[in-house]
Amino acid sequence: MPAVIEVRNLHKRYADKVAVEDVSLTVQEGEIFGILGPNGAGKTTTVECIAGLRTPDRGEITVCGLDPRRDRAELTRRLGVQLQAGQLPERLKVAEALELYSSFYRDPADWRALMHGLNLADKAKTAYAKLSGGQKQRLSIALALLGNPRVAILDELTTGLDPQARRDTWELIEEVRARGVTIVLVTHFMEEAERLCDRLALIDAGRVMAVDTPAGLTARAHIEQRIQFRPSRPLDERLLTGLPEVSRVTRRGELLVVHGDENVLTAVTAALARNQIVAERLRIEQASLEEAFVQLTGKHLASH
Amino acid sequence: MSALNTATAPIAAKRPSATWRLIKTESTLSIRDKVGPLWGVGCPLIVLIILGMVPALREPVEAGGSLTYFDLYVPVLILFNLAILALSALPTTLAGYRENGVLRRMRTTPVGPVRVLAAQLVANSAIALVATALFLAVAGFGFGIDLPRNVFGFVFAWLLAAAALLSIGLMITALAPGRGPATAIGTVLFFPMMFFAGLWVPVAQMPEMLQTISHYTPLGAGMQAFQDAYLGSFPSAGPLLTLAAYAVGGTVVAIRWFRWE
Repeated sequence: MPAVIEVRNLHKRYADKVAVEDVSLTVQEGEIFGILGPNGAGKTTTVECIAGLRTPDRGEITVCGLDPRRDRAELTRRLGVQLQAGQLPERLKVAEALELYSSFYRDPADWRALMHGLNLADKAKTAYAKLSGGQKQRLSIALALLGNPRVAILDELTTGLDPQARRDTWELIEEVRARGVTIVLVTHFMEEAERLCDRLALIDAGRVMAVDTPAGLTARAHIEQRIQFRPSRPLDERLLTGLPEVSRVTRRGELLVVHGDENVLTAVTAALARNQIVAERLRIEQASLEEAFVQLTGKHLASH
Repeated sequence: MSALNTATAPIAAKRPSATWRLIKTESTLSIRDKVGPLWGVGCPLIVLIILGMVPALREPVEAGGSLTYFDLYVPVLILFNLAILALSALPTTLAGYRENGVLRRMRTTPVGPVRVLAAQLVANSAIALVATALFLAVAGFGFGIDLPRNVFGFVFAWLLAAAALLSIGLMITALAPGRGPATAIGTVLFFPMMFFAGLWVPVAQMPEMLQTISHYTPLGAGMQAFQDAYLGSFPSAGPLLTLAAYAVGGTVVAIRWFRWE
């Protein structure tokens, strides 16, 4: 697949601090590429440079073969951008905003269809200031898609949304991708990144810590698996600690928690079966992306 | 290359429509915003009607002069309208757009934020134009006040005054850190400027020093130019140059310090 966005050794500092130290990444056509990291990691600065809104101090960026600064006019026709803190006039109504923004493009998408597709039709005559957070975000996505872009940058799309609105937005993003739009998704929500992204760049302190699939990142972090169950009858722990796949066993009330490598589940269930013990209330705790992130960066994401 | 050329050709045809839509939208928003219509049009219109009904104001300002107090209030209220739109409505809206990222969002579209600025200027000018026509009509048909005797001179003075005030409005937008400060600066400037236009005391009755100061303020100069036109002559060079200087100076400062974000 050809690369749609290429960033090489991006560096950007503001008056008082370095926002992006050294970021390189490649976004392939048709994928949902996540940029994940804690607040202040340099995510927004990176996408603002990609969108041509900021001039990098060093480094090279191409988007659809264009230079974001030099070819700005052409870039705005191929790149849809939904930025943090990009509002609309308070008294502008939904349908008016869509109609106005569609007049900016030479070959715009049908704004009425977008309005319906994004469940905004019954809000057509509602002023922007009267919309809920989720409705504002949907309108913002609609505006980013009005120009039929090849690439869409969505920055902190679901921040401030309730869980239901967040899930609806995720479905929407998957639909957009299904139409062939490449998506760059900036987020600090693990769940969102895990659910949506084909590949992820973990960014911390202005540097790319790792780029991989969500599963790849998790595997890379070598995190232990945990199995939790209640044995159907009392059991000698040495039965499990003796297995090479198991690293340690702890008790949580009547529950046993077994830590071990990726084959620990097979080994433990086989050992239990040999001893005619049933594992009741069995639960497997898989290593999460969140843990992978902590391992790879030594930091926690902002809690939410 | 030729494919690119044919592909870009329809843009030229599309562009005026985007600009036109922006102007239409900004005009609609200005009217919904109510600052311009209420303070800029409604308020001076009511003042005009009330003052028109006061017989004492039909006395000449200067003994033997041809202009009455009420005659002078028509141009004062026209300037009042321009000042509200340019010093309050325009900077508040544009600084708000900057603060809320409206301009930032425009930067990501093929139509840059410059055209939002232009649309705001056109929208406010259009409202001012309608208001001026309305004031002249009410004064004429309602109270028998003649149109300025030198119509061309009046139009010229109006355009220069509008340009001077709007560029001061842009300067406020450029220099104010946010929407709140922009509104505050506009309001603080408005009252002394209206004083020197003769809103409370006709300029001719001010002490000489205040009259001199008045001639170098935008609204004082505007008032002088309007008064010349009312009396039948083309406005003299002094006030016109003062207005032009404000127009150029404000624009230069605005361009130098304007920020989109």
